[in-house]
Amino acid sequence: MSTMRSLSFDAIIIGGGGAGLRAALELAKSGKKTAVLSKVFPTRSHTVSAQGGITCAIASADPNDDWRWHMYDTVKGGDYIADQDASEYMCSEGPKAVFELEHMGLPFSRFDNGRIYQRPFGGQSKDFGKGGQAARTCAAADRTGHALLHTLYQNNLKNNTTFLNEWYAVDLVKNANGDVVGCIAMDIETGEVVHVKSKATVMATGGAGRIFASTTNALINTGDGIGMALRAGFPMQDMEMWQFHPTGIYGAGTLVTEGCRGEGGYLINKDGERFMERYAPNAKDLAGRDVVARSMVMEILEGRGCGEKGDHVFLKLDHLGEEVLGKRLPGIVELSKTFAHVDPAKEPIPVVPTCHYMMGGIPTNVHGQAIMQDADGNDQIVNGLFACGEAACVSVHGANRLGGNSLLDLVVFGRAAGMFIEGALNEGIEYLDASASDVESAMKRITRWNESEGGETVPELKRELQDIMQTSFGVFREEKNMVEGVKRLEELRERIANAYLPDKSNTFNTARVEALELDNLMEVAEATAIAALERKESRGAHSRYDYPDRDDVNWLKHSLYFPAEKRLGKRDVNFAPKTVDMFEPKVRTY
Amino acid sequence: MSKLQVSLYRYNPETDSAPYMQEFQVDTQGRDLMVLDVLHLAKEQDNGLAYRRSCREGVCGSDGMNMNGKNGLACITPLSEVVKGNKLTLRPLPGLPVIRDLVVDMGLFYQQYERIQPYLQNDEPAPAIERLQSPEERDKLDGLYECILCACCSTSCPSFWWNPDKFVGPAGLLQSYRFLADSRDTATRDRLAELEDPFSVFRCRGIMNCVAVCPKGLNPTRAIGKIREMLLANAT
Amino acid sequence: MVTNITNLGRSGLSDWLLQRVSAVILALYTLFIVGFLLLSPGLDYAAWSGLFSATWMRIFSLLAFISLAAHAWVGLWTVTTDYLKSTGVRVAVQLIIILAIFVFLVWGITVLWGA
Repeated sequence: MSTMRSLSFDAIIIGGGGAGLRAALELAKSGKKTAVLSKVFPTRSHTVSAQGGITCAIASADPNDDWRWHMYDTVKGGDYIADQDASEYMCSEGPKAVFELEHMGLPFSRFDNGRIYQRPFGGQSKDFGKGGQAARTCAAADRTGHALLHTLYQNNLKNNTTFLNEWYAVDLVKNANGDVVGCIAMDIETGEVVHVKSKATVMATGGAGRIFASTTNALINTGDGIGMALRAGFPMQDMEMWQFHPTGIYGAGTLVTEGCRGEGGYLINKDGERFMERYAPNAKDLAGRDVVARSMVMEILEGRGCGEKGDHVFLKLDHLGEEVLGKRLPGIVELSKTFAHVDPAKEPIPVVPTCHYMMGGIPTNVHGQAIMQDADGNDQIVNGLFACGEAACVSVHGANRLGGNSLLDLVVFGRAAGMFIEGALNEGIEYLDASASDVESAMKRITRWNESEGGETVPELKRELQDIMQTSFGVFREEKNMVEGVKRLEELRERIANAYLPDKSNTFNTARVEALELDNLMEVAEATAIAALERKESRGAHSRYDYPDRDDVNWLKHSLYFPAEKRLGKRDVNFAPKTVDMFEPKVRTY
Repeated sequence: MSKLQVSLYRYNPETDSAPYMQEFQVDTQGRDLMVLDVLHLAKEQDNGLAYRRSCREGVCGSDGMNMNGKNGLACITPLSEVVKGNKLTLRPLPGLPVIRDLVVDMGLFYQQYERIQPYLQNDEPAPAIERLQSPEERDKLDGLYECILCACCSTSCPSFWWNPDKFVGPAGLLQSYRFLADSRDTATRDRLAELEDPFSVFRCRGIMNCVAVCPKGLNPTRAIGKIREMLLANAT
Repeated sequence: MVTNITNLGRSGLSDWLLQRVSAVILALYTLFIVGFLLLSPGLDYAAWSGLFSATWMRIFSLLAFISLAAHAWVGLWTVTTDYLKSTGVRVAVQLIIILAIFVFLVWGITVLWGA
């Protein structure tokens, strides 16, 4: 590999979405030699699709709002396996991060008094669940993610961040001590493969919703960071926890924001009944997403679904009137017309629970430092590796994320990782250089594809993977089906290892990128499958017919998937916030 | 059911001395697919076909291309809207260098965006909370901030074709006005000073191609008119 | 800011304003002449030369000529910068245009005031 070019940075941030750009901004301001490496131009990242808003106790809709209430909602929403120190950090630091975004220019919608507009979202309460529904989600109409991502990109331009746009990170490079010291990356435009050296490597690669056949996620959400970390031997946390968003447009999978229900919309079955009143008498349509999604599936399974096949329900918005829809939900009106051929001002939108968000990911502390376990099961920092955003599992979402908490997660922990890395770089970081063989082992995978000479092709294998996940690891899960799924995945892994890349050209070869992405989908799918099979309880988004109850005795724990042995271990949940009393696990009702 | 005739612009600099059009037969099974779905099906026939795509719901701006002669986003353009006589012709966005197939080099487009300083500038110290803005002031940003940088507008603008290095183009000017119109931005004078030359703004001839193609329904021509008004008010 | 030395006002704004003001003047002048022709069915040399011997008409005509010259220069300058990408060719064509406009303008003035 003597001919390979190398680039050197203090920090390399892989992924140009909300978390990556927020981390990059912090480092660019500090003058560290930083680069953002993104497989798409940054504003094409999936953060752009976030609609409803960013949940944060900025006390605008309610001047008495309190971040502790938000923290309570978050911990309860996560079915008590959200780490309480991390939730405390996110909810208390949140307002700072949101005000910073506003100062950077994010065009938030406004109340008459000029403050940021906040709308009600699912799972929000005042006074620790006792004060009724809160309105805590700060919004820029229903395009908050777009506004946030563009604002962050713009401020990175302002601060002269270095961008490696349309570069694809292939694998991590570890030195002889197991420290992460950079990555192998490909310039997609030219096909050149480069060794990127860095003292800090930040995984801000987002989610992997594309392991499912039906998902709200962008086509680029293939879990590249998760795949890289797993191949490098690092454990993944809570990978069985996948959120199914209640309102994906039936047939198309595109998202319709929870903000629709926040603004007063509600779900109806084929009889026109507002069925959430039965499942969640208090919060109704604004219960936790896992609760609403399960209720919808129950309605469908019990024969009250809508449409010819009875396989979806309706989201009713027409009673809100054209003015509210035009002002607060203009993007939804557009999407409904395009993808459901329905004008929500006149007719309800057909919706179905759709894979939306990966609560699990690379386990980290609040500084974004990746964590693994030593032989005795104690936490151990992975030198050189950081993660933030959806790719990370801090964990503030536990077993079920609250709407609007993902954008907050991105900016709070992107910022935190940036600040921590700046400090660490100031103190000085020295790791052993990677040897030629270290680099070569990171090259193995891309070399394999480049030398492949026949076999199955990527699209068919990907379809099969998505089919397995959809069939065996959906909203409701059970042993027999999952065992079958795990077995099919094992076989699929073999076939993918022998798959074929017909097009070997260098210039903008998207087929090669898709092949590399398939490996990552495979890693994520298998981690998800094994974790789901092993967690023998129902908690948050993970619901099993065969273990319908929450089991706090055995499973008030994070799951930790170890890729080398394909084994599922456990990790303690943090119950020690610094400034407030911890929230005791209680029965979770809405 | 007869198959859809798809004619695709192909060019791979490693193997082709010149671009050419390649014919595909795509089986849509009679469904009114989006153009992007048709591209996925064509790519299954020819793995080497290159195009950009990400969100597939019209908000990321990756898959701007020229479909039967008109620029738009492949992911939110149904066949029923563009196909004429069972034929679909797809070409890269006009006026920018082609990297491969439908992938163009967006460098000039992004340069013009960067030139207008697309970020809020405010020289007063920030308050402890957000800067206040009335709903009426915020309303002025509607129709401006929603731009997704897909380049459909700028690459349908002859003024941008002739002077992509000097004319900011509709997309950049829409964003320029987004900051000029923001009550929180205090750099109005400097921004205007950067725009009063004969090219940056004044190459717009008001033919409104940009308005006709914008997949988000935005109106860059109106924004350009507003910039002219501000320049005039500032200079007289 | 794109700097350019060959355009008239050194500023797009002044060019743009000039283009509009000159267009208005030319429109008014055209309307006047057309109106005069329509309202003078038996127009002869005496009437025509009488019109142009009036000082106000000479001033009005001179204004129109200058407007025409400015309008033409701004317009043609724009066309040359759009379509002529070779600097040598563009400068040469621009010089020819300047020369022509100058000749026409001086000639017009001579006709108007020279008699």
